Amino acid sequence: MKNKLLTKKVAEFIQGHIDPVHRPFKPLAAQLDCTEADIVSIIAELKAKGIIRRFGAILRHQQAGFTCNAMVAWQAPLGREDETGQKMAAYPQVSHCYLRQVPGDFPYQLFTMIHARSAEELQDVVNAIVKSTGIDNYQVLHSVKEYKKVSMRYELEDWLKAWDEEESR
Amino acid sequence: MQKQLLDMLQNRFPLSETPFLHLADELGVTEGEVIYNVRLLLEQGVIRRIGAIIDARKIGYYSTLCACQVPPQDLEAVAKAVSALPAVTHNYSRDHRYNLWFTLSAPSEEAARQLLTALEEQTGVKMVSMPALRMYKIDARFEMSDQVEK
Repeated sequence: MKNKLLTKKVAEFIQGHIDPVHRPFKPLAAQLDCTEADIVSIIAELKAKGIIRRFGAILRHQQAGFTCNAMVAWQAPLGREDETGQKMAAYPQVSHCYLRQVPGDFPYQLFTMIHARSAEELQDVVNAIVKSTGIDNYQVLHSVKEYKKVSMRYELEDWLKAWDEEESR
Repeated sequence: MQKQLLDMLQNRFPLSETPFLHLADELGVTEGEVIYNVRLLLEQGVIRRIGAIIDARKIGYYSTLCACQVPPQDLEAVAKAVSALPAVTHNYSRDHRYNLWFTLSAPSEEAARQLLTALEEQTGVKMVSMPALRMYKIDARFEMSDQVEK
């Protein structure tokens, strides 16, 4: 890691938005007193290390026409959790699919976020999943009110510290 | 060009000092045209932002989905207390016995546990944590297909 502070600053910046201009990193380079090439190489390094999962345009689902969304939790068949989860994940309308540790009074371990254009399409997806997995014990949890939806801004402080220790070993 | 541009912006964004010029060269158009179209997609709200998605687990962050059962008359106040935490990124009331669901992201499992305990003390409501054991799909880029097998 060349420069810890620089890496931290670049990581903060790229969690925001990059302006579509000829030289988008020019203002940041001036502010951090480094070259634009330095910034690009730090981004490349973070991507190579897997810290950045993806770099590019992030779309807004709602605007793309997916207005009917629900969290659907399913009772996972014992011993067939992975197979079932993968089957559910294959649906294009399923954006997230997890197996979770759940409390005894909520025995639905497989969680899917389903995005559809209408209530009918949502029901179609649920029906298709029921048919293909054989699971008919599930809970559809519609959102009633959105209280908060923000992107997490991660601090790389701890990770940089751990990285330093690893390098000095 | 829009569709191809959108695909490249999402999946093959060039790591370069002049990324929009690179995109223009690949598409065989001018940089001005690319920038104009990207601005349009931003204005239309199709693109939320251009930047990085951090892999929270890679940097040691602990994330969990939490739920609680709040008496209806207290829902607004509890929801407000939950949303006030910077560690909470998503917070929704839902039509279920567990009527408030939120995601919590903290630098460690211990830090997450402490936040939940403090929240329980503050609200008097029991917070249930449902951490992921397996992930089968995350952060899908949406395909504009409307095909559902029936």
